[in-house]
Amino acid sequence: MTEDRRTTAEPDLTAEVLDAVLTSGPVPLTPPRSQLSEVWSQFIHHKGAVAGGVVFLLIVFAVFLGPQIWTLDATYIDIRARNQGPSLAHPFGTDQLGRDMLSRMMIGGQTSVLVGIVAMSLGLVLGTLIGVLAGFYRRLDGLLMRLTDLFLALPLLPLLLVMVMLFRDRLSAAFGPETGIFILMVTAIGITSWMPTARIVRGDVLALKEREFVLAARSIGTSNLMLIARHILPNVVSPIVVSATLGIANAIITESALSFLGLGFPPDFPTWGRLLFDAVDYMQQNPERVIMPGLAISLTVLSVNYLGDGLRDALDPRIRGR
Amino acid sequence: MNLKSLLLGAAASLALAPTAYAERGADGQLNIIYWQAPSTMNPFLSGGTKEVEAASMVIEPLIRFDEQGEMVPMLVSEIPTVANGGVSADLKTITYKLSDGIKWSDGSAFTASDVVFTWEYCTHPEGGCAQSSYFDGVSNVEATDPLTVKVTFAEAKPFPYTAFVGSESPIIQKAQFENCMGAKAPECTDANFNPIGTGPYVVDEFKPNDVISLSANANYRDASKPAFGSVKFKGGGDAAAAARAVLETGEFDYAWNLQLAPEILDKMEMGGKGVVVVAFGTSVERLHLNQSNASADLGPDMRSVYADGKNPHPFLTDPKVGKALSMAIDRQLLVDVGYGKAGKATCNVLPAPAAYASTANDSCLNQDIEGAKKLLDEAGWKVGAGGIREKDGVKLSVLFQTSTNAVRQDSQALIKQWWGELGVETELRNINASVFFGGDPSSPDTFQKFYADIEMYTNNFSGVDPEAYMANWRCSEIPGPDKQWQGSNMQRFCNPAYDALVTEMSKTAELSKRGDLAKAMNDMIMASYSIVPLVHRGGQSAHAKTLGGVKMTDWDSELWNIADWYRIK
Amino acid sequence: MLTYTVRRLVLAIPTLLFIGLVIFLLLDLAPGDPTAQLPLTIPPEVREQIRQSLGLDEPLPVRFGKWMVQFCWVEPQVMIDSLFGSHLAEGQQRVLSWQTRSPVMDIVWQRMPQTLWVVGTAYLVAIVIALPIGIYSAYRQYSIFDNVGTFISMIGFSVPPFFSGVLVIVIFAVNLGWLPSIYDTTHAVNDWDSFVVQLRQMVMPVMVLALQITAQLSRFMRASMLDNLNQDYVRTARAKGLSERVVVLVHVLRNSMIPVVTVIALGIPQIFGGAIITEQVFKVNGIGQLLISAIQANDIPMVQTLTFIFAILIVLFNLIADVLYGILDPRIRYD
Repeated sequence: MTEDRRTTAEPDLTAEVLDAVLTSGPVPLTPPRSQLSEVWSQFIHHKGAVAGGVVFLLIVFAVFLGPQIWTLDATYIDIRARNQGPSLAHPFGTDQLGRDMLSRMMIGGQTSVLVGIVAMSLGLVLGTLIGVLAGFYRRLDGLLMRLTDLFLALPLLPLLLVMVMLFRDRLSAAFGPETGIFILMVTAIGITSWMPTARIVRGDVLALKEREFVLAARSIGTSNLMLIARHILPNVVSPIVVSATLGIANAIITESALSFLGLGFPPDFPTWGRLLFDAVDYMQQNPERVIMPGLAISLTVLSVNYLGDGLRDALDPRIRGR
Repeated sequence: MNLKSLLLGAAASLALAPTAYAERGADGQLNIIYWQAPSTMNPFLSGGTKEVEAASMVIEPLIRFDEQGEMVPMLVSEIPTVANGGVSADLKTITYKLSDGIKWSDGSAFTASDVVFTWEYCTHPEGGCAQSSYFDGVSNVEATDPLTVKVTFAEAKPFPYTAFVGSESPIIQKAQFENCMGAKAPECTDANFNPIGTGPYVVDEFKPNDVISLSANANYRDASKPAFGSVKFKGGGDAAAAARAVLETGEFDYAWNLQLAPEILDKMEMGGKGVVVVAFGTSVERLHLNQSNASADLGPDMRSVYADGKNPHPFLTDPKVGKALSMAIDRQLLVDVGYGKAGKATCNVLPAPAAYASTANDSCLNQDIEGAKKLLDEAGWKVGAGGIREKDGVKLSVLFQTSTNAVRQDSQALIKQWWGELGVETELRNINASVFFGGDPSSPDTFQKFYADIEMYTNNFSGVDPEAYMANWRCSEIPGPDKQWQGSNMQRFCNPAYDALVTEMSKTAELSKRGDLAKAMNDMIMASYSIVPLVHRGGQSAHAKTLGGVKMTDWDSELWNIADWYRIK
Repeated sequence: MLTYTVRRLVLAIPTLLFIGLVIFLLLDLAPGDPTAQLPLTIPPEVREQIRQSLGLDEPLPVRFGKWMVQFCWVEPQVMIDSLFGSHLAEGQQRVLSWQTRSPVMDIVWQRMPQTLWVVGTAYLVAIVIALPIGIYSAYRQYSIFDNVGTFISMIGFSVPPFFSGVLVIVIFAVNLGWLPSIYDTTHAVNDWDSFVVQLRQMVMPVMVLALQITAQLSRFMRASMLDNLNQDYVRTARAKGLSERVVVLVHVLRNSMIPVVTVIALGIPQIFGGAIITEQVFKVNGIGQLLISAIQANDIPMVQTLTFIFAILIVLFNLIADVLYGILDPRIRYD
C-alpha cells in the first residue's frame, strides 16, 4: 500500500520530513484493506515463501500420495535383494533386509512430517500461551515461570517411560497401536519442548508491554484480550517463527532418538529419523541410505523456515512491499 | 582330569615359549576399549559382565576356564578331583591346595584365610553380593592350614567347581576388605575401585564409567609377565565406534562385544588393522511361547498367570502350532542378516558343551513353510478372513515382544513375514532393555510378566555345568503375582516328568549320565515347543594385528590370559 | 531490581524443593530396576538381595528425606572439608551411586573438566560465530550472505549429531587419519605440546556441537535484529547523524538482545548438563554420558542428583536472564 510508508524507512530522509512524518503520521492514500488480505498479498509475493511453500507441498504430496503411485510394500522383505544401491527396481536402493527404500521413505515421511508439525504446533501453542500470559499478567508470571523451570529440569527419558507405562495400553486400546503411540509421542515431544518458546516470548512481551503503542492502546480503553491479540502477538511473531522452524527439526530428531531407545513407534514402522539412525552404520557402504533421509529432513526444515520468513515479513507492516 | 590339566599346562607353556623370555613391561602400553564402561572393580558389588571382565585383570579365582571350556589352575597347584582325593567320595567336600609363594600386589602373602574371607564377604546377608549364587549349597569354607582350603557342601554336589572358580568368583584380600563387610561394603570406595589382587595388573587410577589406568603388578608370580607395562581400559561409546577404533583407525588394540551387522564388521575388517575373533559359549537367542493366557482382557490377577494350568494360552499350548511357527523360520538367514560369524543356527536351548548338546532336533535347521502350512491345516486351523488362520473363532494372532536392539528388530521383521506367509498375524513390540530386563513388578513390560504371546531374548549360563540352568524350567520357577513375578520359567512350562529329571541330575555324578539327563531335558522342552531356539550366539571381539596371545573365550572373562598377551613386532 | 533479585532467590528454595520432589516421584514411578543390566545368569533371589542392599525396600518418604539430607546438608560439608581441610562430614552418609557404589558428587567433579572443555568451548565458539552472523544477516536481509547463512544453519540444525558426529569421524579420523576418534579423558595439559593434543581431540566434538548451537542462536539473533532495524528509534538515531556502526551495534543490538539472552541463559545449564549424544559419539564421557548411563542403569541417586544440580542451574540462570532484561531494557519493571 502506502508508498510513503516504505520510503520512511530509508535512512536518507531529511530531518524535516522525518519530523513531519513522526508528528503527523502517515496519511492513507487508499481506503484501508483488511489486514488478512494485506498479509496474504504480501506473503504470495515473497519469493522465499513461495519457494518454501512449493517445496513443502511437494514433500507432503510425495509422502501422502506417493504410495498410491509407487505401490511396493514398505515392510515387504525381499532378502535376496538386500543392501542394493539405487536401480530401476529400487530407485533409492534397499535396506539390510531388502525392503524398498523409496516406499520406506514415503511411509516414514508421513509419520515424520505429521510428528514434526503436530508436536511443533503443540509446543508452540503451549509456549506462546504461557509466554504471553506470564509476560503480560504480572500475577501469573511467578507461577508460570516456576512451572517452566520445573519442566526444563525434568529428565525426558524417565518422563517418557512413565508416560508409556501409564498410557500406552489405554491409548492403544482406544485408537489402535499406531495411532495410540502417535498421540503419545506427539504429546510427549510437545509438552517437553514448549519451555524455550515460553521464555523467549515472555521476555519479548515484558519489553513490549511497556512500549508507547501499548500504552496508547490501553489509554483508549482496549481490553486486555484485544491488546494481546492485536498489539502483542503480531510483535512476537519473529521469535515464534524461529521457534517453529527449529521445533520441527527438533521433533523429527527427538522422535528418532526415542524409537532408538525403544520408546517410539513399533520397530516395523519406519520414520525419517529412524531410517537415518539405522543407516549411520552403513554410511561407508551405502551412502545413499543416509543421504536420502538426511536430505528429506533438511528440505522439510528449510522449506518451513522460508515459509516462516515469508510470514514474518508479511506480518511486519514496516517492510511490506519488498 | 589331573593329567589333562597338567598336559594342558605343559601345552600352554610350550605355546608361549617365544614370549617367555620377554621382560615384564617390555611391550609398552595396551589399549583396550569396552563400549560399556565398568562402574566398579569389585565384581561382588556389581555383577555386570563389564565389571567382571575389568576386574579379571586384577583379581583372580583359584581356577579359570580356558578357550575350550577346560579348567586351568591359577592359584592352586592342581585341580581337585575324586581321583586325586581333592573331592571326597560322598561329593560333599572339595579341598584346594593353594600354590606356594603367591603374593598379593602389595607384597603380602596370599593365604587360605583370604579365600575363607571371600566366602564370608560374599555371603554376608546385608552385603547384596551379586555373585552369591556361586556359594549356593556351600555350608562351610575353612582353612585347614595356610595353604589348604576345604569347601563343605550341605548336600552332595556332583559338580563342585562353583565357588572360587571362574572370573565371577575371584578372591579378594582379607586385609583390604576386612572392614567392608555387609552394609559397609559400598562405603569402601577406595577398596572397591583399587582392589589388591594377585593378577597381572594393578589399578593406578579408576574413573568410574570412564577409563581405568593399570600397570603391571610388580609381585606377579611369573617374573617375565605381563609383557605390557601398562593398560588403558577405555569405556563408553557404542559397538560401531569401538570396532572402528581397532579395525579402521588402529587407536586401540582390543575391542569387546562387537554386536554389529555382519557386512559392516566385514567392511571394517577390510581396513586391515585388526581381526575379528569369535568364541562360543552357551548363549542362545530363543523365542519363548507363552503357555498361559496373555490376553489384555484378563485382569492383573490372571493375565499371563499360569494358575496350575487352568489359564492356558488359547493356541500356543498346542505343540503343533509351536512346531509350525518353528518350521517357518529360516534360522541360517537370521544368522546371516544379524549375527554373521558370531552366530550358528541351533535347534537346542542347551547347545554346549558338546557332552550336553542334543542332536535329536536338528531337522529344524531347514525352513519348511509348506510343511508348516500343512501341519496347521491338519490341526484344524483354516485360513479365514484377511488370510489369517482361525479355529473355533480363535484367530492365530500373536503379540511378539523383545528388547530394543537393531539386530532383534531385524529378526522380528523377518519372523513376522514368515509367519504372515503361514497365515499368522503378528504385532511387533520392542521395549527399552532396562525396562524389559528389569524386574520392576509395577511395569507391564518386563520379560518376567510376559504380557505378550511370544518374546525373544538371549539367555545362557556361566561356567560349564548346566544343572542349575536346566532347573530353571521346573514348575516351581514359574513367575506370578504371588511371588512378585520372580522366577526364571518365563514361558510357564510345567511337566512333572521334567521336574523328576531335574531332581535326578542333582544326584548324579557320572559325567556321561549327566550328559544324557541334560539332553533328555533339552529334548523334552523342545518337543513342547514352549521354547523355540533360533541362534547359538558367540562373543565377538576384535584385536589389532600387532597384538599376540589373545585366546578368545566365552567360558570365562575374555581377558583371562591377558598376562600372556604381547606385541608382535 | 535488588529487592526483586533477593525475593526471587528466597523463592528459589521452595521452588527447588518442589522440583526435587517431582523429579524423585517421577523417577520412582518410572519402570525400571537397578539390576536390569546384570547378566541373566544372576538368579532372582540374588537380585532381590541387591535391591535390598541399595535401600530400595524402604518407604518412599524415607528415601526422599535421606537423599535431601545427604545432598543439601552432608555434601556441602564435604565440599567445605575438601576446601579447608576440616572434618565436618566425617562418618556421615553421602549420596552413593547404585552403579559404582561410590559418592555421586566425586564422579560429578571428575566429569566436570571434560564437559566444560568440550561443551563450554563449543558454546563460546558458537556465540562468537553466531552473533555476527545473525547481525549481518539481518542487516543485509536476503543478500547472498544471508541466504547462504540461513541455508547452512538450517541444514546444521536439522542434521542430528548422531549422524554428523559419525560423518566427521569417518572423514577426519578414518579416511584422513588427522584426528583421534576417541577422546582421552586422562590426558593432562601441562605444556604446549599436550595442549595441541588436547586441541586435536576437541576439534570434532566442538565442531559438531557448535554447529547446532550456532544455527539456533544466529536464527534468533537475526529475527530479533530484523524486528528492531525498522523501528522508529533507529530512524531517529540515524537522523541524529550517528554512524551506521553505532546505530546497528549499539542501539539495535542492545534492543535485540532479549531473546538471545534468553536462549543463552537456557543454554548455560546445558553446558554443565553435557551433550548426551555428542559425548557418546566421541567417547568424551562427561556429565551427559554420566546422566544417560545412569538413566539406563536405573541409578536413581545419580539421576536425581544430576537433574537436581541441573534444576539449580536452570533456576539460577533464568533469574540472571530476568535481571539482564531489566538492564537491557530499563522500561521492564518487575515490582
